[in-house]
This record gives sequence, C-alpha cells and structure tokens, in this order.
Amino acid sequence: MKTMITMVRSLAAVAALAIASPAFAAGAKVEIDYQNWSFAGPFGYYDRAQLQRGFKVYVENCSACHALSRVAFRNLAEDGGPSFTEDQAKAIAADYTVVDGPDDFGDMYDRPAILADRFPSPFPNENAARASNNGAYPPDFSLLAKARAPQRGFPGFVFDIFTQYQENGPDYIYSLLTGYVDPPEGMEVPDGQYYNHSFMAGQFISMAPPLYEDSVEYTDGTPMTVENYARDVSAFMMWAAEPHLEQRKKVGFRVMIFLIIFAGMLYFTKKKIWRDVEH
Amino acid sequence: MANTDQAEPTRRDFLYIATGAMGVVGAGALVWPFIDQMNPDASALALASIEVDISAVEEGQSISVKWRGKPVFIRNRTEAEVEEALAVPLSDLPDPLARNANLPADAEASDVNRGIEGNEKLLVQVGICTHLGCVPVGDAGEYGGWFCPCHGSHYDTAGRIRKGPAPENLLIPPLEMVSETTIKIG
Amino acid sequence: MAGHSEYVPQSAAAKWLESRLPVISLVRGSFVDFPTPKNLNYFWTFGGILFFVLIAQILTGIVLVMHYTASTTAAFDSVEHIMRDVNFGWMLRYLHANGASMFFIAVYIHIFRGLYYGSYKAPREISWILGVIIFLLMMATAFMGYVLPWGQMSFWGATVITNLFSAIPVVGESVVIWLWGGFAVDNPTLTRFFSLHYLLPFMIFGVVLLHVWAFHTTGNNNPTGVQPKTKQDTIPFHPYYTIKDLFAIIVFMIFFAYFVFYLPNYLGHADNYIEANPLVTPAHIVPEWYFLPFYAILRAVPDKLGGVVLMFGAIAVLFILPWLDTSKVRSGAYRPLFKQFFWIFAANAVVLGYLGAMPAEGIYVIMSQICTTIYFAYFLVALPLLGFLEKPKPLPASISESVLKGGSGIPVGVAAAPDTK
Repeated sequence: MKTMITMVRSLAAVAALAIASPAFAAGAKVEIDYQNWSFAGPFGYYDRAQLQRGFKVYVENCSACHALSRVAFRNLAEDGGPSFTEDQAKAIAADYTVVDGPDDFGDMYDRPAILADRFPSPFPNENAARASNNGAYPPDFSLLAKARAPQRGFPGFVFDIFTQYQENGPDYIYSLLTGYVDPPEGMEVPDGQYYNHSFMAGQFISMAPPLYEDSVEYTDGTPMTVENYARDVSAFMMWAAEPHLEQRKKVGFRVMIFLIIFAGMLYFTKKKIWRDVEH
Repeated sequence: MANTDQAEPTRRDFLYIATGAMGVVGAGALVWPFIDQMNPDASALALASIEVDISAVEEGQSISVKWRGKPVFIRNRTEAEVEEALAVPLSDLPDPLARNANLPADAEASDVNRGIEGNEKLLVQVGICTHLGCVPVGDAGEYGGWFCPCHGSHYDTAGRIRKGPAPENLLIPPLEMVSETTIKIG
Repeated sequence: MAGHSEYVPQSAAAKWLESRLPVISLVRGSFVDFPTPKNLNYFWTFGGILFFVLIAQILTGIVLVMHYTASTTAAFDSVEHIMRDVNFGWMLRYLHANGASMFFIAVYIHIFRGLYYGSYKAPREISWILGVIIFLLMMATAFMGYVLPWGQMSFWGATVITNLFSAIPVVGESVVIWLWGGFAVDNPTLTRFFSLHYLLPFMIFGVVLLHVWAFHTTGNNNPTGVQPKTKQDTIPFHPYYTIKDLFAIIVFMIFFAYFVFYLPNYLGHADNYIEANPLVTPAHIVPEWYFLPFYAILRAVPDKLGGVVLMFGAIAVLFILPWLDTSKVRSGAYRPLFKQFFWIFAANAVVLGYLGAMPAEGIYVIMSQICTTIYFAYFLVALPLLGFLEKPKPLPASISESVLKGGSGIPVGVAAAPDTK
C-alpha cells in the first residue's frame, strides 16, 4: 500500500508538471494588470450591460481598423451574449452595408446587412489593411481574446488548474489598452510607434493609444474612463471569441454534479460486489 | 451472492437499480449532443427567411429563388390561368387540401386558398415535387401548370396535383407581403 | 481470447449461433468469465480507461468530421463554425481536443505501471510490443489531428515535425517533399493528414484487440508479479473488474470534464487561434505537452541526424526492453534497487518534459543532454545490470498469500500497514 501511495503521489506530481509544462516557455516580461471578470470561475457569466458597453466602444473606437468577421449580427441577440433584442440587433445590422450578388445582370451590389450576415470587415484584405495602417496589420477581434496568452510562469500555471484561470486574453487586452505609459528615460521611440509596457511582441506598438476619457458616451451612468472602456471592450472581445462560455459552464456544472454522484454510487456498488473477496 | 439477495433484498437491490438508472440517464444525456449536432445549425437557421423583390416579374412570367436550399417558384399568373384554376371542381382534385403553410392544415385546395389574399394572380410555392423531390418543369404537363419529368406528375395552374404518382399539391411556404413588391418567404 | 468460458448455450437460438459463430462464448471467455488476478490495484483500471477514451475520441471525431472541411482556405473557418454555430459543436470539439491529452495522460500512467510492475517481461513481451506500436500510432494520430484546425501551431508544428525526415541521409529531402505533396506544408499535406487521421484510430483499435488477446493468453500481470497458481488467486472479470473499471472510468471522466468545461484551452496554445500564416513563425514553437520529453531529446544533440535518431531511439528502445531487463523477479515491489532507479527515471522523464518547453539554449541544452543520457542509461545500463547486482526480496508463494498477509506490494514476513483499499 505504501508503494502505491508513493506512486500515486509521484505520478500526480508528474502529471501536474507534465500537463502544465508548455506554459514554461519563456517570453519577454510584460506588465499584466489582472482584473476581476464576471465570466471567470465555475459560475462565470457575461455581464450583459458590460458587453453592450464594450460593443459600443468597439463600434465607435475600434471598428474603423479592426474586423469582427466571425461574429454575426444575430449573435448580438443570442442567449449568453450582449442580449440585445432582435429589433435592436436588426437596427444595428441595418447600419452596416454588405456586398451581395451577383444580381440578374451579374453585378455585385450593396445592401443593408441582415441578422444572418457577419460583421463586414473595414478592409477588403490584409494588404489593404497594412497599406492604410503604416504597414501594421490591425488583427481581427473575433478570436483575439483566445489568441493572446501572456506567460504565467512557475508556479502560477500549476495553481491555474485549481483556480480555473482562463482569462489571459482579456487581462492582456486590458493591460495593453491601458499600458501606454511614458517610456523609460533615454529610450528612443521610433516614429509612428508608441511605447507600451504590456505589449507582448516588443516594446513598441504601431497602434496609437485608442481610448480617451469621455470619447464614447455611456448612458447607464458608468464612469467614462479609459479603464472602463478598456475593461468593457475586453469583456466584449472575450464574448466574441467564446460566445458559448456561459452555456459551457452551466452544462459543466450539471455534468460535474452528475458524475460525482454517479461515481459515489458506483463506489458503493463496487464495495458491495467486492465485499466477499479478500484483496 | 444469489442467496443473500433473498435475505435482505431491498437495500441492495435499491443500490444496484439506482446506480443502473443513473447510468442510463447519463448515457441518454450524453447521446443527445451527438444527435443534436446533426440538426440545422445556427447559421442555417438564420437563413430560414428571405425577402424577394417581385416588381420585375411580368404577368405570365415565373422566377425561381432559393429558400432553405430548395427552389421556390414565384409565378405571376395570367387571367386565363387563374380562371382555369378557379373553374376546377374540388371533387376533381386527388389532394383536397390546400397545403398552404399560412392556412390551417385542413383548408381545402381552392384556388383562393392557394393564392395570396389581395394578390390572387401571384402563386408562390416550393418547387419540389411531392412525390420524390425532383423539380417540376413549368408551363408543361396536361393541365398547363407544372410537370415533373422524373415520374410523370402533372400539376395544374394552381400547383395542385392532377395526375401521376405525387400524393400532394405543391407546398406553399410561409410567406408575407412586406410591401407591394416584396415578399418575405419563411 | 476464448477458452475460459464455461458457457453452454441454453436456448435454441443461442445454440444455433454458437455452432456457427461462437461469439457469445468468445465475449464471455474474454470479458465475463475471464479469470483475473484478484489483487489488481487501481493502476490496472487504466487499460479500461484507455479503451473508453479511444471510443470517445472516435465518436467525437466522427461527428466533428460531419462539419469540418479539410482545405487550407476553409479548415480554420470550419472549426470556428463548429465552435460558434453547430449545436453543441463547442462541446464536441473541446471533448475531442482535450480527449487527446486525456488519452496521453492515461497512456503514460499505463506505461509507467507496466514499467514498475514488470508487465513487459516474459511471457508478456508481445503484449508490450503491441502496446509500443499503439503508442506510436497514437503519436502519429495526435500529431496529424493537431494540424487539422490549420492554426499557426498546426502549420508550424507540421512543418517542424515533417522536416525531421529531412535528416535522413541522401533521400531525406525527397521524402519530405513526398510527405508534403509540394514544396511546403500546404493543401495536399492537410488533406492527406486528414485522411490518415481518420484511418489511424481504427488501426489503433485493431492493435488494441491484439494487445488484449496477447495478455489474455498469458493472463494478466498483477502487483506481485507472481503468476496465479490456484483458483483462489483469481476472480471472474465480471462483475468484479467491470464494476471497478466502470468506477475508475467515471472518476477519470470527472477529471476529463473539469478540463473540457472549465479549462478547455489550458492544454492548448493560444497561437492556434490564429489562422496559419506560412510567412510568419510564432515566437515560441512548442509541441503539445505529451511530445515534450521526446522533443527535448531531439534538441539535446546539436546534430540534425543525431537528434532525430536519438528521438526515435527513445521509443525504439522500448521494443527491446523485455530483453534488456535481466531480473528474474517481475514486480518492482520486490526489487529495492530497481525501485530507486525507476523513480529516478520517472522524475527524469518529467524534467525532460520541462526542458522540451524551454528554449534550446544555455543551461537547458546541457540539462537536456544529461537527462537524455539518464533516459537511455536506465534501459541500456541499469536494467541489464540490476538483474545481476540486486538481491530481490522474497516473493509471496501465491497471490492469495500476499493478499492475506497485507497489501499488494508488501512481501511476506514484513509487518504491513493495514490495507485500506
């Protein structure tokens, strides 16, 4: 029995390390300003009002350069999202123009978007986007919150298993948006670039500070600060990247409860069946 | 084990039955996602309705549009076609029901029930033969309506089956006149 | 597999079937009446767990294929379509992606159990070798499956791993071009990987049947390593081990579900949510965690061919393991010296995994070289010598005796802690 216990312990340690080792990969130090997210943890959910505000920040501040091409207008009215009403979502869609066709004469034509359409991109392709942005490519927002994950380092990545920390993406985006600080003394910032202490791909970023106080009007009384804009748009991007997060956690809770009860019953059934066997 | 079962049947049997029942419930719940994933997905459902501009369809002309992956025939019928359809006694119809998704299921297959209220000349129907799913040819067949070349079903000018193996009249999809010249299908 | 069943068909229909295709007695002989040592501990449930995970992967894979498109222009979009639009698509994909990791967690425990209790030793060599073949097929399947979403890590992982074959002298370049079907990883590579990713699991399934057939012919190993001698040493597989395996599978499912529902992207790479771009390599290319120890061995040698040879050698050595271990005693529980080397080996494997995730520079390279040496020394030096140098503890006369005297791993005559299992 002792051997077995040692073995279990060692294997558990082995497993914990082995599972988590990718997170070891080294990276440049970036400043991450960790936030409290409503969607963190086993009972996480999206704050509807926050997603709606974040959407507004996206539309008014980001959408001129950043696409949202995998999100459809119908998603805005779906459960587990910003929960706009269907009419609101239709009205939002109608503000956008999409290319459809060909018509009976073989020509493509513009029409107002409907719920089934996805957000049209601000640029027809990556080259056009780079040409308009000084050579830099503003990434699509649809998956960005899952496509960016700063290193957690040891032992953080081990604890992450137990704390269910999965918010690397929104934490990073928030940090980046609020990370435009003055460069250290004596540092030369290249023309057309900006110093940002949270940027993963280097010290200088090609995006100008995008958010300014009072630049987007909030109607629900939330203070119109850069921090709030950054937090709201990060939450919105998390939803855009993982629209079924709420459903996932809800289903997961039921599955866990079921499995734990079932395992308990099986344990007693097993004991009962084995009770006559010396083992 | 068989002997002790007799001695204290209830407690043990309960554990086995409860565990077994739990397993069945779990298996059932697990199967559902595997079945449901084959149902139409969210993007397919979003395309379930379309709007069609019919201003360019002259009298005696037809257009076909795609709705849910199937052709929908939109025909602007001539006066003669409408009169011909109106003149058919209901007793001559193999399928007495209108098959109009906008009317109760037991509505009779009169021409009025097949058409659109206030726009009697317009006939909108799913262009799928009710026999085995081929697309009928327009302006053809013995009744001047549609003819399905696959197995020889004849439809009249109101899209009602008159002769051949098809069991039902052509289906009329859910529709709505959004404006004078625009129909919403679905 | 058959031969252990005392099944006599009763009904006319059963007799009719039995005389034409004895499938009922085959199943009963293998999975119902099959005499199984009564002292198997919970490490033995990982065989059943692995079978469950294999079936789960095949089922989720089959339904994912219904929505996936294997084309460089559509693959990434189709995976996102699954995640966003398909009913329960997110769950099926997360089950499949995390299922791969679960498969490897279970298989590594299964392999280490075999290493510790000497399950590879005579007469179970064939079962062990078939197991190594399954392991190789699993690695190939997992690697090709990881390419299918066509993210950045998919693309660059495929590029790096296929380039391993360019190390082969003379024909290497041609082999790699043949694998790619072009001059870089591209659409032909993706479609052939998709085809093979669908095929290989069924080959795994076939080899699994052989693997089971082999150890059902020799009988299961057990924690004492002593062969069952009398009927008292064994119990029928059903209901004893069916219920125990089922319990273990459900407990494993709790662990599995925890990752699927709460940490679905923990074991993956963020970069794979960026669509493949042949013009930009991500800053840190690391394989999935289950390949890291082998990746570390690959990079331990500064020579291209040497690294590839060592990496494949790390698996090849497993094939000859049954003949490298010279000890007469099967179970590590009765081998005091072996035990120490075993745990050094296990810890070394973890460190190799850690090193595989580190950049290949400075101290990490030296550590990789040391650990690679330990890895091979365990098989090629320690195991052959231990058989001669070590004085094993006395073995119990039978399984029943070891069970009555105390815990599974405790030899006769030693005061044993009460068995709490």
